[in-house]
Amino acid sequence: MEPTISFFSGLQISDIWYLIEAAWRTVMISALAISIGTVLGVIFGWILYEGRWAAALTLGPFLDVFRSVPLIIQLVLFYNFAPIIGLNLDPFFSGVVILAIYCASLVANVARGGMEAVSKSMRRAARSLGMSYWQDLRYVVLPIGGRAVFPSWVGVALGVMKDSALVSVLGYIELLKASQILITRTQEPLLILTIAGAFYFALSYPISRYAASIEKRWAS
Amino acid sequence: MFDYNFHWRPVMKSLPDLLEAGLTTIQIAVLSMVFGVIIGLALALMRMNMRGPATWFASTWIEVARNTPALFQLFFFGFGLGAIGVHLSPHTIVLAALSFNCAGYLAENFRGGFQAIPETQIRAARSLGMTAWQAYTRIIIPQVFRIVYHPLTNQMVWAVLMSSLGMLVGFRELSGETQALASRTYRIFEYFAVTAIIYYVIVKLILGASRLLATRLFRY
Repeated sequence: MEPTISFFSGLQISDIWYLIEAAWRTVMISALAISIGTVLGVIFGWILYEGRWAAALTLGPFLDVFRSVPLIIQLVLFYNFAPIIGLNLDPFFSGVVILAIYCASLVANVARGGMEAVSKSMRRAARSLGMSYWQDLRYVVLPIGGRAVFPSWVGVALGVMKDSALVSVLGYIELLKASQILITRTQEPLLILTIAGAFYFALSYPISRYAASIEKRWAS
Repeated sequence: MFDYNFHWRPVMKSLPDLLEAGLTTIQIAVLSMVFGVIIGLALALMRMNMRGPATWFASTWIEVARNTPALFQLFFFGFGLGAIGVHLSPHTIVLAALSFNCAGYLAENFRGGFQAIPETQIRAARSLGMTAWQAYTRIIIPQVFRIVYHPLTNQMVWAVLMSSLGMLVGFRELSGETQALASRTYRIFEYFAVTAIIYYVIVKLILGASRLLATRLFRY
């Protein structure tokens, strides 16, 4: 009797756990990249707003590059460039760096838009009341401008979360890569892809609805 | 500091191939935008004006397209449909996934555009004796088009950037071609650097063309 060797095995409980771990990694890398990217982006946005033509000629085009080149190319380039200048980066770190800069380049525009949304007269009023420049930024521009652009910031953050799937090209095992690995073993692409997609959806949909409802509430 | 010698010659030799692949990229982006606009328009109208299964269908499409990674959608059209016996060529997979994605995003843009136009205009058009079709094609759509022109341009840029994912399903557009060439010569950084520049130029060309077209279209 010939022994039958099975190359493929069905989906097991441990695989679900594997997917959950991978999903957690997706959340982690996104959260890290979005946090760093948002802080950087707000600083960049402020420079773009205050720096006038000097910033428009230097920082503007620099950030524009990250918005005009596909993220996947940026990732591959950076991952292959780091060893050239003597850095040995793991996929996670490279992914965070590029996702954060990419996020920052998008947030910079959003932040600048927020600062432009605060009327000049309001800021002059704040300054005439004796507020310092930073107090004006903190207590006037941040609450008013922040509200104006909060929904678009959520859009950017969700976009980065979804784009974090691309870090899988570097070999970082996040949700989509993990599901691909499982598909290779179990040969059940439809089921596993649906699970992965459902997870992204479950993460993204409520947040986008929440942002939309806030936008509606604040608009009225 | 550099232990690495840059070799640009192989890249320059295959520059014609890269540029040709760039044309494929533009072609697939344009095609997916054409499909995206048509389907997106239909989805927006279905979501706004119909009840029952049609609305449900349109909403599902739009929300799935917007709340899952484009890469997931690509894999779904690739491996997912392959599992149920629908085998598509890489070209079709990329085109289908991109159109699916674009349609979802554009539908929301169109919906915003439609909502910005007062309903009284339809009634006015109808009372002038126009049929519903005439009212839509002659009064509403031209105005909506003007409102969504800018988002449409952005989406076109996104389509170009997203088409780079074709590399992961073996489609030879700009990124796929670059990867194939790079793995043959092992000059990954150099190849992808040139590809990044080509993408940048393509995006700038699209934005420039769009601006030029806008001055012609919206003169009055």
